[in-house]
Amino acid sequence: MASKVYECISKIADIIIENKDFLTELDREIGDADHGINMARGYTEALGQLPQDESDIGAVLKKAGMVLLSKVGGASGPLYGTAYMKAAKAAAGKTELTVQDGKDILDAIIGGIKQRGKAERGEKTMLDAIIPGYEAYCAAADAGKDLAECLDAMCAAAAEGVEYTKTIIATKGRASYLGERSIGHQDPGATSSLLTMEAIRDWVRAL
Amino acid sequence: MKKLINGVDNVVDEMLNGMTAAFPEYIERVPGTDVVARTGAKKTDKVVLISGGGSGHEPAHGGYVGKGMLDAAVAGAVFTSPTPDQVYEAIKATECGKGALLIIKNYTGDVMNFEMAADMAADEDITVDKVVVADDVAVENSTWTTGRRGIAGTVFVHKIAGACAETGADLPEVKRVAEKVIANVRSMGMAVAPCTVPAVGKPGFDLAEDEVEIGIGIHGEPGTHREKISPVNDIVDHLVGKILDEGIYAEGDEVAVMVNGMGGTPLSELFIANLRVKEILDGKGIKIAKTVVGNYMTSLDMEGFSVTLLKLDDELKGYLNAPADTPAYKEV
Repeated sequence: MASKVYECISKIADIIIENKDFLTELDREIGDADHGINMARGYTEALGQLPQDESDIGAVLKKAGMVLLSKVGGASGPLYGTAYMKAAKAAAGKTELTVQDGKDILDAIIGGIKQRGKAERGEKTMLDAIIPGYEAYCAAADAGKDLAECLDAMCAAAAEGVEYTKTIIATKGRASYLGERSIGHQDPGATSSLLTMEAIRDWVRAL
Repeated sequence: MKKLINGVDNVVDEMLNGMTAAFPEYIERVPGTDVVARTGAKKTDKVVLISGGGSGHEPAHGGYVGKGMLDAAVAGAVFTSPTPDQVYEAIKATECGKGALLIIKNYTGDVMNFEMAADMAADEDITVDKVVVADDVAVENSTWTTGRRGIAGTVFVHKIAGACAETGADLPEVKRVAEKVIANVRSMGMAVAPCTVPAVGKPGFDLAEDEVEIGIGIHGEPGTHREKISPVNDIVDHLVGKILDEGIYAEGDEVAVMVNGMGGTPLSELFIANLRVKEILDGKGIKIAKTVVGNYMTSLDMEGFSVTLLKLDDELKGYLNAPADTPAYKEV
């Protein structure tokens, strides 16, 4: 029987692969039209390579990070690869996750992406979905909500974050060459981050 | 799309195999990777120089692997940065105890993938450092963007840092020399017609029959503006003018010039462009110590060219004129 963590990553993979053309189209408008193609290639490979029966969440996340790192390429590969590797460190040895673990994992992911991408919030990147998502998750956690409710709060805030990326100029990545012409377009990386968070939420909700 | 290929998925693999088949005395493919290394790598006691990036810029970078220049080059998919594991393989295949210098063109993906490879190597106690080339003056407001792109000036970094490494200099010294080149090299390009990435199958952008894009990047990134085509002298005046506006080249200085073809422009036109570059520099009292004209940093089948100026001092000039023997760049 497949482990829970494998099932969850499979759910993320399905959603990303399903949205391959959508993500690529967003990237065509302000980048180089390969975000969906690259992400789908990485997750397709991950589905084939991840151990299905390993229950150590950290170990599976680490393997996923390695696969994305070596198969996605471009900027998304290192960023998502780093996100998974940092999450792996925070979840090392665990076979179940608490609400607090979720906080720690998100915090580690944000630290990793900031450092790798030398980016901050407000630069029209994936951080504009993940950081508000993290903050909403923490607020819900502090209010004593359960995991599914925390993930709901995270997704709602991340979706607002994606909308927000339409209103700002890109100052990182290839879209930055467009300057003001990047306004009006939602960031493909923030969008794939939201899709990832929603996939996790939906998977937890279906448990 | 008309392309002389066997399938879009085989382009990089077959290109690398064909390249090493053409120059077996210089380069070989590291088995199981997209890395091209000097034939018989790991036998020299020197700092190793590694570069690479997306494919589609041939002869960059595999063509610059050889004595006096690079030790290895890593090829990504067309116009897509290679992944960290591939860069790491290049380091492992060539590094021999004196450390490795990564020469990276300034693109978000390239910088991140090469940096991660450096982290992986550091975990294995291999000393790795990096330099980032950002010579494209067409990118304005670089504070508000990812910064200037690395384009044809990168070849001069390979040449000069390579010559320095060949003397047995240590890693900090080779890095210092590479950074001196980066500080003194500027480029700007233009396109008459776009390029077509094989996997995409259609041109990356559209240009009207009588239109050119000034300041184009080597992946077809937007330039500063579009205009009606004019005589090449006027175009060269504009490109060289933007480079001279940087204020680093003055009367009495010595420079190296590169007139680089984007892949689809005949040499005859590059020579015509070069003549104008010489006229401008002569007029400013800037002495040309070295000129190279040809396809050095291409953009698949794009039609167009770029001009690069490198300000020289005695040190850089010495390394520029030092011997190099690679498939695509020779100095005897």
